[in-house]
Amino acid sequence: MAQLTRRTTALQKTLSAAILSTRHLSTSPITVETSVPFTAHNIDPPSRSVETTPQELLTFYRDMALMRRMEIAADSLYKSKLIRGFCHLYDGQEAVAVGMEAAITKKDCIITAYRDHCIFLGRGGTLLEAFAELMGRKDGCSKGKGGSMHFYKKEGGFYGGHGIVGAQIPLGCGLAFAQKYSKDENVTFAMYGDGAANQGQLFEALNMAALWDLPAILVCENNHYGMGTAEWRAAKSPAYYKRGDYVPGLKVDGMDAFAVKQACKFAKEHALKNGPIILEMDTYRYHGHSMSDPGSTYRTRDEISGVRQERDPIERIRKLILSHDLATEKELKDTEKEVRKEVDEAIAKAKESPLPDPSELFTNVYVKGYGVELNKSLLELDLTNLSRFSVEQSLVLFSNIKLTLLVIDCISQSFGADRKELRAVLP
Amino acid sequence: MWLCSPLIHSYSSTSLSSRHRPNRHNPPPSPPPHPLTPPPRSSFSVKVACLIDLSSNLEVHCIERKTSFFFIHCDGSLTSGLNLSNSRSARLSTNAVATKQDNVTASTASKPGHELLLFEALREGLEEEMERDPRVCVMGEDVGHYGGSYKVTKGLAPKYGDLRVLDTPIAENSFTGMAIGAAMTGLRPIVEGMNMGFLLLAFNQISNNCGMLHYTSGGQFKIPIVIRGPGGVGRQLGAEHSQRLESYFQSIPGIQMVACSTPYNAKGLMKAAIRSDNPVILFEHVLLYNLKERIPDEEYVLNLEEAEMVRPGEHVTILTYSRMRYHVMQAAKTLVNKGYDPEVIDIRSLKPFDLYTIGNSVKKTHRVVIVEECMRTGGIGASLTASINENFHDYLDAPIVCLSSQDVPTPYAGTLEEWTVVQPAQIVAAVEQLCR
Repeated sequence: MAQLTRRTTALQKTLSAAILSTRHLSTSPITVETSVPFTAHNIDPPSRSVETTPQELLTFYRDMALMRRMEIAADSLYKSKLIRGFCHLYDGQEAVAVGMEAAITKKDCIITAYRDHCIFLGRGGTLLEAFAELMGRKDGCSKGKGGSMHFYKKEGGFYGGHGIVGAQIPLGCGLAFAQKYSKDENVTFAMYGDGAANQGQLFEALNMAALWDLPAILVCENNHYGMGTAEWRAAKSPAYYKRGDYVPGLKVDGMDAFAVKQACKFAKEHALKNGPIILEMDTYRYHGHSMSDPGSTYRTRDEISGVRQERDPIERIRKLILSHDLATEKELKDTEKEVRKEVDEAIAKAKESPLPDPSELFTNVYVKGYGVELNKSLLELDLTNLSRFSVEQSLVLFSNIKLTLLVIDCISQSFGADRKELRAVLP
Repeated sequence: MWLCSPLIHSYSSTSLSSRHRPNRHNPPPSPPPHPLTPPPRSSFSVKVACLIDLSSNLEVHCIERKTSFFFIHCDGSLTSGLNLSNSRSARLSTNAVATKQDNVTASTASKPGHELLLFEALREGLEEEMERDPRVCVMGEDVGHYGGSYKVTKGLAPKYGDLRVLDTPIAENSFTGMAIGAAMTGLRPIVEGMNMGFLLLAFNQISNNCGMLHYTSGGQFKIPIVIRGPGGVGRQLGAEHSQRLESYFQSIPGIQMVACSTPYNAKGLMKAAIRSDNPVILFEHVLLYNLKERIPDEEYVLNLEEAEMVRPGEHVTILTYSRMRYHVMQAAKTLVNKGYDPEVIDIRSLKPFDLYTIGNSVKKTHRVVIVEECMRTGGIGASLTASINENFHDYLDAPIVCLSSQDVPTPYAGTLEEWTVVQPAQIVAAVEQLCR
């Protein structure tokens, strides 16, 4: 929960930590009411009252402020042409990412579509990895080869990052299948948008998940616009939480982090016992669909500013913090300044990161080590050849050196699936 | 439900019966005797394809070796896979219509092995792998309780349970996606398409997710999935059920494609595909499921990227795969009788091509005929032609001849269907033309 906070530098940490310690915050739980009650389909909704602690409130604020700042910074980076291609921004929807993280562990899996920057951050991704990937640098989470739509974090249980609308839903059910297969009591959150809710694969996957009681939670982030088309123009029934029919559903105010947290906790318990459940997060994005979409041709500026004034997730937390006297205005402003500084530093560092080496074009196409014949000189511990292999594989080779002696008469040709130098090495 | 017509013993050319073959000298081809060891690529130094399985078991498997075949475990213990006697030394494969070298030593030194049909060989390979690794699971339509529409998974569901041999609803896109998602976490699923053509519905998942996830995640995830199923032109199955998808899938970066043609290589390739950490598409053929062959009792795994020398020769190289191998062998009989000496190579690996074996062959014979079942446009033959031209142009004495199926949807009528695919007579004519 305090993941993002933990990753700050020591200098910045002391500031907010000092404030908290001098304040002697009670760890007593605070009960918060969600903005609206949950609407449920085929299930009893959870209660509106959510238990939280002051620490959690401040963490939520900081995390969401960080995410917001990251997205705004990505906006300006895109406009200055450091980020190219497609860039889909998540500002306005931060409560979904933060609330979900608060309810689950890193062993649970999350898979989402292309609006993945903030979820990546929530799963343990660093700002440097995010910005470097956006700018196509080597230090990015996918080594610069994925881009905005392909953020992955295996250790954090984040399975991406997918460009094709709706294709991640069957993948998510596959993750849930694997969890059921290995019986490890974890769940998968397969996220998709209101646009993807009209894809056939969603219903196919839902059928299979319900059939086999897979611990899959399908989360529809309904920001009311599927690219440039409003939901009422694309869907006959915009009640996405009801679309499961026999699968229970819950409609949640996605701008309220505590509602999201409560719903996700509830859904996790349900999925582990009874199989899939659909969560519809009623949320909103301030930016357009992507950076090439101004976002104002299909909706009015009044609508956007109205939502920003009334339902902004960060504002809601700020009001809660202030009303419970957990921090002063100034302290919150300082947090925002810290966050801004952190993001700026990460961008600076990411800009220094080098572009990938041209040889990286051919790496990771196939998993190396299968079918590739060992180079004879490997046995002579020729390190220049070992650089072709990853570190793990080199270590494997070193540790199995006795075994590799048995393959002493190999032809020294890289022949298998990685044969880009074919012409050069043929006899 | 299309079960292929029971073919007794080998693929006897009941379709290429006398009413179509003008030449009556050729008897139906007998089942090709299997090579007891996988054929090495050349007569000189031994090449060993070593697979380093980077899973926690860290087993190193030597696929082929000059004198013996064994498993080496990372703690140094040795499990003998085959008989370690040196008499089973590697020989050129002599499972030929007209043999160059005698088969005597190979057959006398061998253990008898056991005879089975191709689908049984696939099942054996599958079962051995499922036994060996609990992460291996199968998903597909009718694979569980029904036993598989071609009986490849028969008996597995009662043995391993419904979760490991999963009956899916008819939703190819989604269950392929599910398998890929499961593979991302470390499971090793095998997706069975009831007919390869149905996998077109899953093309997005195969192309974008299966092929590309390893790359776009910067190597974080690997997708050790096997997608298999019968394809090819069958017996009047109609246009939509006679698809050859190898040409559609061949451009997808990140996947490997193999085509099996005999029970021996079916089992070996199935095992290799399951053990591979790359996504592999294994193409089977509807008409080959009832081929019978004697295969070794011992466990063996074949190399995914290797081609098989079916019949060594001097005059012309004939490259083929899957069902066309049998048409070629039939044509080879005629050609031998006419005095030609064709070298027949079953390329097996459709992506990447085994240009090493092919290259050596081209350098020897200087003439190439490609016989495939794919369409002419954009097929495997087209890519192979381009590949060979690029790499071995100097060694060619004549342009490459590529015989492929016609660019038409496969008609229902029997005679029309036969004219869609390449027949042995056409192969004979092409070789004669080329070697003039």
